Amino acid sequence: MMSTDLRSAMGEFKVHRVRFFDYMPSGIRALAFNQDTERMAVARMDGSVEVFHCSDRFFQEKIIPGREQCGIEGLSWVGERLFSAGLNGGITEYDLTNQKVKYTIDAYGGPIWTITGNQQGTHLAVGCEDGTVKLFEVNEDQIQFERNLDRQKSRIISLSWHPSGSKIAAGMMDMIQVFNVETGHSIHRMLADRGAGTSRSKECVVWSVVYLSDGTIITGDSVGMVKLWDDQTGTLIKSHNVTKCDVLALSVSQNEDSLVAGTSEGIVVQFQFVSMVLEKDDKEWVRTRTFRNHTHDIRAVAEITTAVVSGGMDAQLVVRPLLDKIEVRSAASALRKIHFPHRRLVSCARKSGLMLFQYPGHLELWRLGESEGKGTPGSSLFVKRNPEKLLQLKVKGEDHIRCSAVSPCGGWIVYSTASTLRLYRLHCDNNNISITKISKLPKVLSSANQLCFSSDSSHLFSASAQSSVHIASLSQSGCKFVGTLKPKSGSHQAIHLLAASEDGKWLASANSDHEVHIYNLQTQKAHCTVPVYSSAVTAMGIHPATNCLFMMHADQQMFEYSIEQKQYTDWSRTVQRKGLHRFWVERDTPCLNVMFNPQNPSHVILHDMYMLCIIDQSLPLPDDKTQFYNQLTLKSLTEEQRKSQSHAFKVCKTFKDILCVELMPDQSLVVVERPLEDIATQLPAPIKQKKFAT
Amino acid sequence: MVETSDIRVVRCGGSKVNLTPPIISSDSRFVLCTSGDLVKVYSTRTEEWLHSLQGHTNQVTGITLNPANHLQVYSCSVDGTVKLWDFIDGILIKTFVIGCPLFAIYVSEKHTGVLFLHVSMATDSKNECFQLVSVHLPKSAEQEVEAKEMSAVSSHISKNPSCTAFGRGGEYIAFARHLQLNVYFFRKQKTYSFSLKATDKKGAKNAFTCIACHPTDDCIATGHEDGKIRLWRNFIHKKEYTYSTQHWHHNAVNTLCFTPEGTHLLSGGIESVLVQWQYGAGNRKEFLPRLGGSILHISASSDGQLFCTSHSDNKITVIESSFKVCGVIQGLVKGDAVLTDLMIDPRSKALVLNGKPGHLQFYSLLRDKHLYNLDIVQQEYIYEAGLDQFEVVKAAFDIKGSWLATVEERGKKSSDLEFFLKLWAFDERTQSFVLNTTITAAHTDRIISMCFSSSEETTMLVTAAEDSQFKAWCQGADADTQQDQNFWSCDFVGSYHKLNPTNCSFSADSSLLAVSFQEVITIWSPDTWEMLTTLCQPPGVIRDLCFGRLSCSKYLLGTTTKNLLCCWNLLTCELEWSTSVDVSKLQPDPFSENVAAFSYQSKHTDLFVFKPSEPRPLFTNKNVCSEKVHRAVFVPREEPLNSCDESTQWLNRSQLYFLTQNMDLLTFSTATEEDRMLSSSKQLVIDDSVAVTPFYLLLGKHRQQQQKLNTQSHPVSDKPQQTQGSVTIKELLHTPAHVLPAASVLCSMFVNSFLISNTGVQQDPLREEMDSEKEEEDSEEEMEACDSQQELRAQGSVDEVTPKLSKAQERELKRVRKTDFSWMAGLIDSKP
Repeated sequence: MMSTDLRSAMGEFKVHRVRFFDYMPSGIRALAFNQDTERMAVARMDGSVEVFHCSDRFFQEKIIPGREQCGIEGLSWVGERLFSAGLNGGITEYDLTNQKVKYTIDAYGGPIWTITGNQQGTHLAVGCEDGTVKLFEVNEDQIQFERNLDRQKSRIISLSWHPSGSKIAAGMMDMIQVFNVETGHSIHRMLADRGAGTSRSKECVVWSVVYLSDGTIITGDSVGMVKLWDDQTGTLIKSHNVTKCDVLALSVSQNEDSLVAGTSEGIVVQFQFVSMVLEKDDKEWVRTRTFRNHTHDIRAVAEITTAVVSGGMDAQLVVRPLLDKIEVRSAASALRKIHFPHRRLVSCARKSGLMLFQYPGHLELWRLGESEGKGTPGSSLFVKRNPEKLLQLKVKGEDHIRCSAVSPCGGWIVYSTASTLRLYRLHCDNNNISITKISKLPKVLSSANQLCFSSDSSHLFSASAQSSVHIASLSQSGCKFVGTLKPKSGSHQAIHLLAASEDGKWLASANSDHEVHIYNLQTQKAHCTVPVYSSAVTAMGIHPATNCLFMMHADQQMFEYSIEQKQYTDWSRTVQRKGLHRFWVERDTPCLNVMFNPQNPSHVILHDMYMLCIIDQSLPLPDDKTQFYNQLTLKSLTEEQRKSQSHAFKVCKTFKDILCVELMPDQSLVVVERPLEDIATQLPAPIKQKKFAT
Repeated sequence: MVETSDIRVVRCGGSKVNLTPPIISSDSRFVLCTSGDLVKVYSTRTEEWLHSLQGHTNQVTGITLNPANHLQVYSCSVDGTVKLWDFIDGILIKTFVIGCPLFAIYVSEKHTGVLFLHVSMATDSKNECFQLVSVHLPKSAEQEVEAKEMSAVSSHISKNPSCTAFGRGGEYIAFARHLQLNVYFFRKQKTYSFSLKATDKKGAKNAFTCIACHPTDDCIATGHEDGKIRLWRNFIHKKEYTYSTQHWHHNAVNTLCFTPEGTHLLSGGIESVLVQWQYGAGNRKEFLPRLGGSILHISASSDGQLFCTSHSDNKITVIESSFKVCGVIQGLVKGDAVLTDLMIDPRSKALVLNGKPGHLQFYSLLRDKHLYNLDIVQQEYIYEAGLDQFEVVKAAFDIKGSWLATVEERGKKSSDLEFFLKLWAFDERTQSFVLNTTITAAHTDRIISMCFSSSEETTMLVTAAEDSQFKAWCQGADADTQQDQNFWSCDFVGSYHKLNPTNCSFSADSSLLAVSFQEVITIWSPDTWEMLTTLCQPPGVIRDLCFGRLSCSKYLLGTTTKNLLCCWNLLTCELEWSTSVDVSKLQPDPFSENVAAFSYQSKHTDLFVFKPSEPRPLFTNKNVCSEKVHRAVFVPREEPLNSCDESTQWLNRSQLYFLTQNMDLLTFSTATEEDRMLSSSKQLVIDDSVAVTPFYLLLGKHRQQQQKLNTQSHPVSDKPQQTQGSVTIKELLHTPAHVLPAASVLCSMFVNSFLISNTGVQQDPLREEMDSEKEEEDSEEEMEACDSQQELRAQGSVDEVTPKLSKAQERELKRVRKTDFSWMAGLIDSKP
């Protein structure tokens, strides 16, 4: 940790620069795009499934944590239902409303390599290790095994339905089979060539297959070829050598005029179906663009309406817009790389200087260090006492942690997995740390989607199913259920954000249907509902002095809602009327925290992955003509000029790759950084490639 | 003085052959390229220069085959004309006068009678704004036609002609400039433009450098400054256009070319590697490396069997489609600078100067052909910028051409200069120069000037260096060395008041040596090494120094940096005359008294030719070129002209070539000379045996067999023996296509030729009978046959009307006479 003096026109802060949170994102294994709802489902190596909202700036709406030993190999939407299958041989359906696994059934075919649903939404096909393609009928609330297609000798690696649903193409070792779904028999068997030279002895794995409505079958294989086959004759039409290593993933656009292929070199290659002679109809698949945004294997690609989405071993989700499909170029159509989850993984006990880091399988509790003296702005301070790791708490069971919290006083730790919720009492006298598990928890607190302590640490709020919030009071003796807060109406989507007011009177909850409910904690009744905005809430906080709810949305809009008056504040209306600065709106990561400075009530502190911002509500708002990033300019001006030049947004870009920023009561900031370079060094080595001039 | 119009500056010999893409004739037999004011025709098989198309009066800037007739070629020139040639016979068919300088020419099959030309925009020629115009060629029978009917296609044209190309069948034209690609569709009359960003985050330089269009697909290939090649498709959409990028070249792509079938794309750049990309197969490519200089242009023959690349070292390489080099046409190599003087090898009369790095090249100006390279440095040259490598900086021949002295040095920029003086002896057996002596420390500082004594008996080399000394070197002076090999060693070291010498020169008879030390000229006797006198004409350091020749050998000429040309009389040791002129190069003609002086004044160079004895110049030419001239040479003519005109007389025995700073080799040509060349070029007829085609083999074999038969059995009847059919075929094949009558007319003629005519039927049996008889007789009466042949020849020449009949009659008579004799004798004998 380093301590830095951050002094500028936006105020003076001592900063704890924390770099000991060794968060490692997990690699992306599968992608599934739902055209109707514009949702992208992402499966990671650790078995977690995330749902991104494609038209809402790729906000990570839902996270379903994974389990130990649960490798997902394939994802598929059927209607609005999401299914996954993995090497443990089971097919899982997810309950997206409550963000948990609905059920898992065994396919009895050994490990499953691929799962895909037909366009009609009636059937799911899975490809198994034992060489069978199993068809499952999708029922109202379950799926049911229907039958096997002709069993093959080798494992089924990839599957693709013909859009009519009457045929299935299956990629296997060294060959591609086309099945008639009706009869279950194989129509064609097409042999994929092995590589030349030494790789001749290696089997050619058909990693991915795409079946087009005109009867063309496109395959990507381990030899590095993208091959086009005709399903009428079962012959090869054309082959493109894309790479020296494997082509791992293929995806075709909705109108079948563009195809993307992801390779293990980390490049995405686009093919387009263009007419060779203009204004004539004899079209051919031509290799066009190459996107190099990944350093490691690309395990999944998806071509959505306006962009190519790719993910792989380097754990980042890359959204590369296709400029020819975009009507208006805007912030929404910029290249986007998603590294970190859009949730907070760090909670902070402000009063005692403790930090709780949430890893998938354990929690870590750290005490912040202390520094000495005062330095000049920007300089590093001497660290008097090093930060220390007080506690590592391993999760019982196989489930991964969904959410966790440490109380502001530092006396309580709570976490929840998909199945259990555990509350611990933390005793901390000098250097002796001990925790005791609170054994008798109320039954309703069995699992939580989000957890939050009241500011005086006397109550625990636990968001659970049906958008409800359970209140439990905490005391030395234990935990007692107080009541349940339920919204008067609206959806039952899971709550992903909770915010309690400083005076303990109000609680705000936000769910993935963009609804924000405000409850009166004294009466334990719903107080009001903030008008629903079209974009998701990414962060919110209640002002300690005015009790106004400050909300940040995924499209970078900000609202301030007066709880007492049940209406937007004047400042919020001014912001909406004048509009936000172009630079502010074009930022591509959501704000993850809203804090208030008790010393200066007009200051709102926000942060996203790349910057820290203080909004001074007393200053005028910038318009598109003013210089947005004006900190350096302001420094060079005199006091009087500075006043006329300054505006409400004070942005600090000193810190990078920020996971969390917290304001401590002693006016110091804690900035938790996780440099991407550090993540890159911990990734496995990529495929060795010859670089020019090396 | 005398301003003559019949002497003009021409680019003739040693010009750039790599200025424009070479073109291969449709039968792959000829390669055409521009070379100065000429278009040269080479054979693809033998690499021989066959003939040239002469007629332009300025640099030819573009050539292209006539799409309507593949035996014709259009050429455009800075002189503002487009000429249509029959390139096989070298006949100028038509001249179209456009009226403004032309920089490139394009044609398309779809647009018959229309030429597309690059012209400079008149308003601001300095900004290098170019315009693409289409010119409708008027239909007229006249030789010279004015074609002023121009219409602009676009005014946003790059000055690089390879940034414009016609697309599929001439439907559209694509042109790029800086970062913008434009595609103009003729039918829709609409331009689509696409632009790239100047740079991107990864530091790519996206400016366009060249363009090629696919012959059958709608695909445009563009080359870029950073070595990328983009293939554009779907370019009728503003938004949904798409391109793929391929990257192999590490520096700008100079040229792109699709093969005629469109199966491959060829690209070339500074790497001098020809890259062949398989069209539609992404990254699959083949390489042909180590081609020499960087590739400037690529062209393919219409059948795709041959490729031609032109290189920066003035070379055209002919490459087979199997990626094998099958021919190299080497022009005069001109690097960035010519460090040595222009010299003439006294033996081969070839021009000698720097060629390839570390080499001297021998170039025949008469035949306009590169002869050979002489490796002087004998070290591997590393093609990398910024390396300090040995370069030949000085060279000199002795009068007989049996010795060559060279100086190579490196370390021009740094302080530690390294140089060698090498002496090469001509080896009669190998017909080349062999290293005789290497002197590592000839001087302690850079050698400034070097010359051989011009006497026939003894050869002596004098070197003057910056260490304020001059040294004389002699052969075999050292007694210790072996007798059979005569090495060179130092004979004398001279200096004058510790001044740095600037130049040295021997008089024509080698009796005097003049060495200039700054402002002073010292005259030495090489026999006794005694300083005879000093001449001084301050102010100004002596720049050039030369003795007069022949009748003017008593004069010594010198130029100074203070713009003074002085002439001393060595008999009186007094200044004869001097004139104030800034002479940049003083060049004496070794075959006459004449001296040429190039003077650079107010941004143009003037030439004066004078005799030292006469104060009046023989010839003056103002504004020879706009650059400074530092190198010039008189090249002896093979056969002297006999011009009596006073102003052109000086060109009778030798030709003056000079090199401008732009590395253009220019010369002077007289009107009489041009007339002679024109008349000779008209006589030139393409040799039958230029290339052996299958068709030729078939016909030729037949003909050869016939000839053999003729020589074996019928030495008498040579011409009449050929059948009528073959005459017709020959007529058919030897007449240029454009003067042949319609095929329908030819057909009946052709078929008729196979029919046996009535007279032939009557004649043939007779002849056959006669032949068979003759064969029988041959063995016995060879002498007689010979006689009769001579007899017949004589008779044939006298009476040409019926040679066959007379011959037959003669035979008949002879036979009758022979048989009669014996029979009669027997009869006579028996009778009595």
